[in-house]
Amino acid sequence: MAVQTAETAAPAATNPVLGPAFKDALIAGLIALGLFGPLIGFETIIIDGALGLAYRPSLLAIMVGIIFFGRLLLNLTIWSPNRKPSTHTGPTFFDRAGTRMGPGVKPALLAFAVLFPAIAVFSQGGLNESRYLIDLGILILTYVMLGWGLNIVVGLAGLLDLGYVAFYAVGAYTYALLATSAPINDFFAGLFGATFWANWAFWFCLPMAGIFAGVWGMILGFPVLRLRGDYLAIVTLAFGEIIRLVLINWVDFTNGGAGIASIPRATFFGIPFNAGPDGFAALFGLPFSPMHRIVFLYFVILALALLTAFVTVRLRRLPVGRAWEALREDEIACRSLGINTTTTKLSAFATGAMFGGFAGCFFAVRAGFVSPESFTFDVSAMILAIVVLGGMGSQIGVAVAAAVMMGGMEMLRNLGFLRQIFGNDFDPSLYRMLIFGFAMVAIMIWKPRGLVSTRDPTIFLKERKAVSGDLVKEGHG
Amino acid sequence: MEIFVQQLINGLTLGSIYGLIAIGYTMVFGIIGMVNFAHGDVFMVSAFIALICFLLVTTVMGITSIFLALAIVLVVAMVFTSLLNWAIERVAYRPLRGSFRLAPMISAIGMSIFLANFVQVTQGPRNKPIPPMVTDVIVLMDNGSYQVTLAWKQVIIMAITAILLAGFWYLVQKTSLGRAQRACEQDRKMAALLGINVDHTISLTFVIGAALAAVAGTLYLMYYGVANFADGFVPGVKAFTAAVLGGIGSLPGAVLGGLLIGLIETFWSAYFSIEYKDVAAFSILAITLIFMPQGLLGRPEVEKV
Repeated sequence: MAVQTAETAAPAATNPVLGPAFKDALIAGLIALGLFGPLIGFETIIIDGALGLAYRPSLLAIMVGIIFFGRLLLNLTIWSPNRKPSTHTGPTFFDRAGTRMGPGVKPALLAFAVLFPAIAVFSQGGLNESRYLIDLGILILTYVMLGWGLNIVVGLAGLLDLGYVAFYAVGAYTYALLATSAPINDFFAGLFGATFWANWAFWFCLPMAGIFAGVWGMILGFPVLRLRGDYLAIVTLAFGEIIRLVLINWVDFTNGGAGIASIPRATFFGIPFNAGPDGFAALFGLPFSPMHRIVFLYFVILALALLTAFVTVRLRRLPVGRAWEALREDEIACRSLGINTTTTKLSAFATGAMFGGFAGCFFAVRAGFVSPESFTFDVSAMILAIVVLGGMGSQIGVAVAAAVMMGGMEMLRNLGFLRQIFGNDFDPSLYRMLIFGFAMVAIMIWKPRGLVSTRDPTIFLKERKAVSGDLVKEGHG
Repeated sequence: MEIFVQQLINGLTLGSIYGLIAIGYTMVFGIIGMVNFAHGDVFMVSAFIALICFLLVTTVMGITSIFLALAIVLVVAMVFTSLLNWAIERVAYRPLRGSFRLAPMISAIGMSIFLANFVQVTQGPRNKPIPPMVTDVIVLMDNGSYQVTLAWKQVIIMAITAILLAGFWYLVQKTSLGRAQRACEQDRKMAALLGINVDHTISLTFVIGAALAAVAGTLYLMYYGVANFADGFVPGVKAFTAAVLGGIGSLPGAVLGGLLIGLIETFWSAYFSIEYKDVAAFSILAITLIFMPQGLLGRPEVEKV
């Protein structure tokens, strides 16, 4: 009897939960009131030509209430002192899932990517209806490619680059300027016919864009060879901004902020996607549909992304790839073993930049329009977030992260049903970047090492074992 | 000559604002070795808090004395911005202390995007203009065609900056808090062993940085008379440039760097091209880091194996 009482009373006596939880939640609520008070409680609006204030006490009360009750609920459940701490260490759910599905996951994802247009057409019940899904696929694959390109610089060589968007811009403007250039058009018109350059521009400019971006990678990489870590990040950020500002201000060359419009579209290796007798549809005996071009673009970016992945995987086995990874682990040891760190760093910058240039060229041909607006720091931040969220250096992780981030951003665009809850003034697309920023912070706190936290070693003795991501250094720049 | 003197005055005014922001960067970098990417946006938020407080004070409470209003706005902006930065450090950076080096930086970039868009969502994307607070000017030189003027608001900016920097210098050099802060900057582990509450000191560093940024935000609002949600990024990068130019981790360096960046920017705009003034500031950042990474007054970094 006595034993029984002691047992039942014990949990209640150990820690009083409600009082401290309530007090803590109250403090959190007060802090939230201080944080949200000025910016949510008041709104600056223009009244009769002068700035005045509007009051939003109910919204403020809702926000503070959410913080207070959320914190109280968490204090009573997850953060309760009586709850047994989880003793689970070692591989997480994602790691175990990754190891179990390891061999099968890459071919499965690849097959899905190749069959995606067919799946989209089948599920949407028609070629034209599937346009949205295929466009989304193109967007995701563009970011997969950019992520893989940046992964060479950040994940393999350990050089933190915050200005990657510069190379994307170089690639896009290379194509835009060359394809719309009148002298080049006239030159080829005299040799091969009037439509030659419009039809073939993309295929000539694609390698050019890669080469130009690679050269710019070296030009921008050369001065920063001595810099490390955060300094390198800031200088690359500055370079990215300088290139964008030059694109805006050098109006004679780039047409400034207005951008370059009516860039020639992609062709099926010289055969244009139009309704004419020489068009793709007529030559292949298909009924004309504007979707042919979109599906073709999907396969172009898929091929480009796979090329990036393939080259990266192969490079990792070459001396230069091993030098990159060695550089990431320990630069001083590298140097003392006779690795030329200058050429190693420059080759990493140039290779990563080259793939950024390819992706930029593809961006220009898909959109048919480029302007400096598309190459802001937010894009660099997004690509870097994809690489870090995917787990730096992990190819499959970067692909999954790109799909999750871009898919998630796209889903936020479609939150139209929220209008029924919050009224017609509510514009969900405004909240996209807000949620993106919040998610970046939350993911970093939840999983600082990214979703896939195991790595395949490049070199191994006897058998290949997965290595925990914690053991991989992130490089000092 | 007249144009030169006028640009000198404008440059020093702008430089004071950059210097105040730069101290926040340099102190945080000195103590936890991270570039606090969100600091520029904290500055922008403080300008908005000052704007709202100014409207409350003048239109609702009906205070007409501009100096009293300015004093109230300054204090309120400092308090709320400090609270904000304290909360940011607590939520976004402290859990990542001791994690791998990139993590706090990514978190700070996310926080910067969050803050800018939070202000955009809650206050709207348009410019928020306020009527000029102080309009009187002193004519210093007049050669008939060109007047060199020193506006009272420029005097206020420089005076407040000077007073605050003196107080801040006293805080860091002479008080026990400042000693704790400098100790943590030199060796965090050793400071903790000697009984300094490191977490507390780091929090206070963020609070002080935010308070100075709030002063900068208020003065910026008073000087330009406009606030916009996107105004955090570029002044933030320029203030970071100032911190690097002066030698990151060095407090007098941050002020010196801020003044230099302000002067370079105004002279560049006056004598070369106004379109490329941001390019000039960014180029200085790159050039300083490449040729003189320790900055003007900083200690050279020793590479240890």
